[in-house]
Amino acid sequence: MRDFDYAAPESVQQAVQLLSQANGSGRPLAGGTDLIDQVRMRRHEPDLIVDIKRIPELNVLEIGADGFRLGAAVPCWKITSNEDISRQYTALGDSCSIIGGVQIQNRASVGGNLCNSGPAADSIPSLIALEAVCVIMGPDGQREVPVAEFCTGPSTNVLKPGELLVELRFPPRPAHSGSHYRRFIPRNEMDIAVVGVGVSVVLDESGENFVSGRISLGAVAAKPLFAEEASSLLAGRPVNDETLAAAAAAARAIATPIDDMRGTVEFRQHVTGVLTERVLQRAIERARSGEPGSLHP
Amino acid sequence: MAKKQVVSTTINGQQEEFLCEPRQTLLEVLRDVLDMTGTKEGCSNGNCGACTVLLNGRPIDSCLVLAVEVEGAEIETIEGVAPAGGLHPLQTAFLEQAALQCGICTPGFIMQAKALLEQKPNPTEREIRFYLAGNLCRCTGYDKIVRAVQQAATAQQEVQV
Ligand code: FES
Ligand code: FES
Repeated sequence: MRDFDYAAPESVQQAVQLLSQANGSGRPLAGGTDLIDQVRMRRHEPDLIVDIKRIPELNVLEIGADGFRLGAAVPCWKITSNEDISRQYTALGDSCSIIGGVQIQNRASVGGNLCNSGPAADSIPSLIALEAVCVIMGPDGQREVPVAEFCTGPSTNVLKPGELLVELRFPPRPAHSGSHYRRFIPRNEMDIAVVGVGVSVVLDESGENFVSGRISLGAVAAKPLFAEEASSLLAGRPVNDETLAAAAAAARAIATPIDDMRGTVEFRQHVTGVLTERVLQRAIERARSGEPGSLHP
Repeated sequence: MAKKQVVSTTINGQQEEFLCEPRQTLLEVLRDVLDMTGTKEGCSNGNCGACTVLLNGRPIDSCLVLAVEVEGAEIETIEGVAPAGGLHPLQTAFLEQAALQCGICTPGFIMQAKALLEQKPNPTEREIRFYLAGNLCRCTGYDKIVRAVQQAATAQQEVQV
């Protein structure tokens, strides 16, 4: 592997300073499951790797009345083994339980999955559906960016040189809400999403009407999408086949996927509609029962 | 060249200090610096699981860990699995079920299966297959491996009763 220096700072300030001084040739390291391979393959050529796992703020995992705070370096296994997350932020648990195999989940972080900004990243549609906001620290101070606006294209995002994703903040979950993430893959496990859909719904007390909903799509465009129109078609509507079909059609309409060995454009668009309906159904079940059920569908 | 760093860890219960470059992976250091060649290299990109070791009790792909990251950590490799003068129940079961042919995947499977049985002493077949999904084997077709893990689970439970 290419030669580089390594630092393991213990504060956000030190990390930002190191990254700023590196002038764009520094890379933060959390679980390393993307980064180490990318350095080996020379997709990134850093002179400095900044291990962020020793910084307390990046290891925060807190659920309270104000919502949920997730440090950018928290590995997937801590998320899938947390019952409060499985119950309240279920879609994120779904995502983390299918990112790679067990070995990968023991290292990979949601913050890293987001910053790697792959169009098919499994955590991002869940983050968008659950309305997560990125807290970013840089040489000029702190700023916040909704996850829906974070990615700008394949492997690119709004982070500027010297900036570090510190944590993700999620609003508290309302009563009668449910969420789900599912992807279509040709294998049973360990594959890249052909289409991924993340959904969050809030129902009224009867469970028969939507109060609101958020739908997000992965792997069907240059970046994960917030399906704004599809989401707005849920608000205030009755929970029935017609509403679901209308939302699915609107989601399908914004899918602009590529052709590759995993699927053709036509196939991916079709799967976007089918998956949107199925994922909505599961999120509705969860909102009605208040139970996450099994993480594997 | 980046300066070499001293890293202190515990490997298989033994305090170890080694010198390495930041760009060396844990897999490289285990094999090339510490001469512990039981851990295998398959793909070196996180797909095959041949390099699986336990880091603070959890299985990880050692080809995707920088050796400098393991300062202060506890590592367990295939060399630490067998008790003195004997075999671990998983090793016995792999032999009896003929769950290996060329054997390059075996140390990784044993470490992964060991972590599984520590978490879930009595896993279902589905749980075994999901837990071992990050380990690839080009020879056995997996069924024999799954049967070996089932046999080891039963054997370990019988010892406990
Ligand atoms: S050698 Fe590490 S996963 Fe294949
Ligand atoms: S025994 Fe040859 S790869 Fe598994």
